[in-house]
Amino acid sequence: MNAVATQASPATASQTHAGAESLLEIRGLYKHFPLADGFLEQLHFEKGRLVRRNEQVHAINGVDLTVHRGEALCVVGESGCGKSTVARLVMGLLSPSAGEISYDGQRIDNMRGKQLLPYRQRMQMIFQNPYASLNPRMTIQQTLEEPLRFHHPDWTTPQVQDKVADVMASVGIDPEWGKRFGHEFSGGQRQRIAIARALAVDPEFIVADEPISALDVSIQAQVLNLLMDAQAERHLTYLFITHDLAVVEHFGTRVAVMYLGTVCELADTRSLFARPKHPYTQALLSAIPRLEDDRPEHVRLSGEVPTPVHLPSGCVFHGRCPHVMERCRQEVPQLIVTDDGNQVACHAVEEGRI
Amino acid sequence: MALLEVSNLDVRFALRQGEVRALRDVSFTLDRGERLGIVGESGAGKSVAAFTLLNLIAKPGYIADGSIRFEGNDLARMSARELRRVRGNRISMIFQDPMMTLNPVLSIGEQMVESLKAHRRISTREARAIALHKLKQVYIPSPETRLDQYPHELSGGMRQRIIIAIALLLDPDIIVADEPTTALDVTIQAEIMTLLRELCEKHNVGLVLITHDLGVVSQMTQRTLVMYAGRVIEQGPTREIINDAQHPYTQGLLNALPQMTTPGSRLNQIPGSMPSLANTPSGCAFHPRCQYRYDASGEPRRDCLEEVPEFVTSGNCDVACHMVRDMLAKEAS
Repeated sequence: MNAVATQASPATASQTHAGAESLLEIRGLYKHFPLADGFLEQLHFEKGRLVRRNEQVHAINGVDLTVHRGEALCVVGESGCGKSTVARLVMGLLSPSAGEISYDGQRIDNMRGKQLLPYRQRMQMIFQNPYASLNPRMTIQQTLEEPLRFHHPDWTTPQVQDKVADVMASVGIDPEWGKRFGHEFSGGQRQRIAIARALAVDPEFIVADEPISALDVSIQAQVLNLLMDAQAERHLTYLFITHDLAVVEHFGTRVAVMYLGTVCELADTRSLFARPKHPYTQALLSAIPRLEDDRPEHVRLSGEVPTPVHLPSGCVFHGRCPHVMERCRQEVPQLIVTDDGNQVACHAVEEGRI
Repeated sequence: MALLEVSNLDVRFALRQGEVRALRDVSFTLDRGERLGIVGESGAGKSVAAFTLLNLIAKPGYIADGSIRFEGNDLARMSARELRRVRGNRISMIFQDPMMTLNPVLSIGEQMVESLKAHRRISTREARAIALHKLKQVYIPSPETRLDQYPHELSGGMRQRIIIAIALLLDPDIIVADEPTTALDVTIQAEIMTLLRELCEKHNVGLVLITHDLGVVSQMTQRTLVMYAGRVIEQGPTREIINDAQHPYTQGLLNALPQMTTPGSRLNQIPGSMPSLANTPSGCAFHPRCQYRYDASGEPRRDCLEEVPEFVTSGNCDVACHMVRDMLAKEAS
């Protein structure tokens, strides 16, 4: 089912980002999680008979994405759309059910252990909850030294300590904090430490999974500035997972909107916010609580996100879409390239109905 | 006379490490049918303010001073029995997490009937009919079936709608909603907020909305109260506060939002973070983070450091800031 999409993506890449070099390529990615793990858990008693049923959560259903070097690709969507699963698959924290992930031209999804080691250094991750992602039994100094000692076993202690001091300075952490433990810090400070840990091994690619969602507004701005500064100074590439569209508008180079494990629209940030094409993107944008009084009318969606256990037939969004037609219920829409070089998976857009 | 009149509220928590002052000198009013927003970051005291409105502060917390007058009667000095007649009946509350609020072992219908029968002398059949009617009001699909379902069978958005139906059950005068949509997705949040606003307008119910989201306040409320470190620092009509905030903290909070700057540029951040309530700075609690804490010669201003600022009136807003006071005085002379 992804034949069209697979062809479409490279075409867009060359159209909109002439010369942009792709760093990460995701092709036809699927990830299913079994609902019941063990054999006995799969057994159900139905109409007097024992049946074995193996139901699965269809978290990712055919995702194709390309991340260009130096950009910040934002993946947005509501809870359960699979955006965090994409992040984890890219980092190798989960292995895909089907599909390929290549980093810098090299397929990495089938690599294990030692083979993956050089890539682990080049790709780092920042997690959502800085209260859970710092080891409570390690001091900040130990936390920051650990990745360095692991990836550079030949470094001497002074070398490691110099590097830690460096990276602490670059994220605005007082070197005095090194002796303290994670719980002694506020959320914003902890997230700085988590960013410092990711930057310590000089990565080129950072996957950030909702890095500012757990923080207060005034602290969000501090952390977002830090991430933007780091990008400018170190020429980083980001895969930025978030549900906050205001942050995307500010931070993202391109945006991928996900719904129920599929990408429904992929566009550069400015044109996505100016002219959202997919009905879901339109609803999502209209739902942001804005400060202005004269905001566009809120597009009301009927119903709620269906469960990813039994996926709807056809377009996954058809149950809530205001432009639904018979074709949407039967045929899965593929990502098509629109005239401005962006991509959208919607029959109504393809047929010119909206 | 306002429907609800909170004056000089002082709430403290007696902890082993010493006394924590969660609310200091908080005063505001709410008229019938008015929608008021209380905004602030975590640790500002906004949730304590919400709980105090229903005198729900539990030990080691206590109301040290001040009054909460509802139709002239002081909730802070009522007996438990008198309070029960107000809570849920005249003033109802919506909490942040719908899963925590609903009882997991009772069906939706049982929970609704229970609270109706606690306040009114009616039969179960009558109570069920009212419950059904309220579920219809919040647009719950197939309400008859929902009455016999348990909370875990429903989605987050559906649960929060049921909470709203329960809050409306006894036709209250005021609903206090503490971050009612923080646990929900944006599209569901927009739906719940629109629903809440429409219902409040239709039934002339007053709303006290606690949130950290200035966008939500802007969409939902007529008046706004900004809190910082346990104090109200600015209050006035919502539009005026959003468009022309006077207090440096409110300005900073608004300017820190990504939608207020050109995409891609640095955000205007407020340095530092909210002080802990156990250890609030002297004078104006915001002074260590404030860019106006120096005078013309570059020296730290003594008044910001030492005196708690009094409210001054600027336009239709009340602002507690020494800098704003001086500016107004200069304009007047």
